[in-house]
Amino acid sequence: MITRKVRKWEKLPGKNTFCCDGRVMMARQKGVFYLTLFLIIGTCSLFFAFECPYLAVHLSPAIPVFAVLLFLFVMAMLLRTSFSDPGVLPRALPEEATFIEMEIEAANGNVPAGQRPPPRIRNVQINNQIVKLKYCYTCKIFRPPRASHCSICDNCVDRFDHHCPWVGNCVGKRNYRYFYLFTLSLSLLTIYIFTFDIVHVVMRSVDNGFLNTLKETPGTYPLLFLSDFLEYLSFTVLEVLVCFFTLWSVVGLTGFHTYLISLNQTTNEDIKGSWSGKNRVQNPYSHKNIVKNCCEVLCGPTYPSVLDRRGLMQEDSPVSAASAAPSSSSSNSSSSNPVPQTTKTTAPLIPNEHTPDDAKPSIAASAEKSPSPREEHHPPAPKVPPLASPETDAETSIAKDKTH
Amino acid sequence: FFVQTHSLQDLQQPAVSSKVFIQRDYSSGTICKFQTKFPSELESRLDKQQFEETIQTLNNLYAEAEKLGGKSYLEGCLACLTAYTIFLCMETHYEKVLKKIARYIKDQNEKIYAPRGLLLTDPIERGLRVVSFTNTLCNHNTEINFRLLLGCKYFHLNAWLGCSGRV
Repeated sequence: MITRKVRKWEKLPGKNTFCCDGRVMMARQKGVFYLTLFLIIGTCSLFFAFECPYLAVHLSPAIPVFAVLLFLFVMAMLLRTSFSDPGVLPRALPEEATFIEMEIEAANGNVPAGQRPPPRIRNVQINNQIVKLKYCYTCKIFRPPRASHCSICDNCVDRFDHHCPWVGNCVGKRNYRYFYLFTLSLSLLTIYIFTFDIVHVVMRSVDNGFLNTLKETPGTYPLLFLSDFLEYLSFTVLEVLVCFFTLWSVVGLTGFHTYLISLNQTTNEDIKGSWSGKNRVQNPYSHKNIVKNCCEVLCGPTYPSVLDRRGLMQEDSPVSAASAAPSSSSSNSSSSNPVPQTTKTTAPLIPNEHTPDDAKPSIAASAEKSPSPREEHHPPAPKVPPLASPETDAETSIAKDKTH
Repeated sequence: FFVQTHSLQDLQQPAVSSKVFIQRDYSSGTICKFQTKFPSELESRLDKQQFEETIQTLNNLYAEAEKLGGKSYLEGCLACLTAYTIFLCMETHYEKVLKKIARYIKDQNEKIYAPRGLLLTDPIERGLRVVSFTNTLCNHNTEINFRLLLGCKYFHLNAWLGCSGRV
């Protein structure tokens, strides 16, 4: 057995990609994110290269300066949204999962054979409203209120808003404000560039004596205008087109999120109609005051990441391929022996209508599936460890009791 | 030290997990708060009052971290104006309180829980989902008991069951 130290991000389950040794966390598909970057940087570069010199000279040098500041702010917000942890909830360790299973079993009582066990739901009363907490079969936890499981990233995210392919990440509790500021500042930047492009076109045309020339030589002018147009204004036209289409979508999105923030709702809740008002269901998280809601969402405390990505842990890599998967121990454990981890619980996880579709095959295959380095929650069959080794696992204690 | 021998009746008690998890209390919303209900598994090990005091203090500390008030709004606005680059040099209020919580837990472990053979884990290590109490006595007695295996009539390796042997 070779024991080596690895960073915890290397062993995190879920479909995230990590960069810069765990400092950057993104979704797996990043193609659309690169497109976003290209569109923003491309359009702004064209603006700075072609419009700004003219506008700085003919109007004011403050115009490009403000544009640069706005561009930098947009980029900072975009990168912050894309690279940060949205509020991923770590999966339950085997002991915690077992404990929860035992509690569920105790609550359900005896289910007659052949009958489906009742769905795993906990009811909580928040602000005189009954909120249902669902059990996540992948993460093996009862999801906190407002959390949801993102199937693209395969993580439960706290205060899940939506998965945004444009930023290449989920939008959740920790990065929602950055996402909102990104859409807001991008709207401003798009409007700004659009406006000054139009101003530039108008000013150029006036400079070239468009109106005068049109009066004097109406016949040949269209050709002259066209050549001037192509010489000075083709990039402007390109920028105007990009800005026009971006404007509708981004400004619309900003407006929508402003509405959500004023009501303290998430996109996920809005789509599902959780607090739509039917059956007298109201949003229990709203302060019923627009200003207070906005302050909470935008200026509230910055939550830390509960995923310790850069922490170190021991990894035991087996010499032969046939032996057990690398077992991970928490940073508290000082033992270098592989602690046998089992998720074999007394209640088999039967997929029912509440099991997300992508969890069903994993439940079925968990018995035979050979563990990959990323998935630490599908271990091999439990084996009774040597009697002398200290362990705290409930299952192996039971197994030991049975041996004598 | 002395070795605890147990009768067969003790051995037949249902095996209990050696970790007890205190779940989150969501009755006040999504703020971080833990249930103060005293779990039955700890009845023999700990004072109810002591447990409630610890959990209540933790809840108060988390409430302080997540408090919405003038100070947090000011921090938020200032950070926004600097495009959040200020957090590269400055620690957020929440992080400061988390450090305070870590110190408090360490303190509690040293003074109260370690002498009783329990270990309180920081909930941040479990994603702020649970506070767990681990039984630390098991491991110790397991090893000692095994070494005295040959002379003992009864021995048990699941030492949670009412074990109070000291080394």
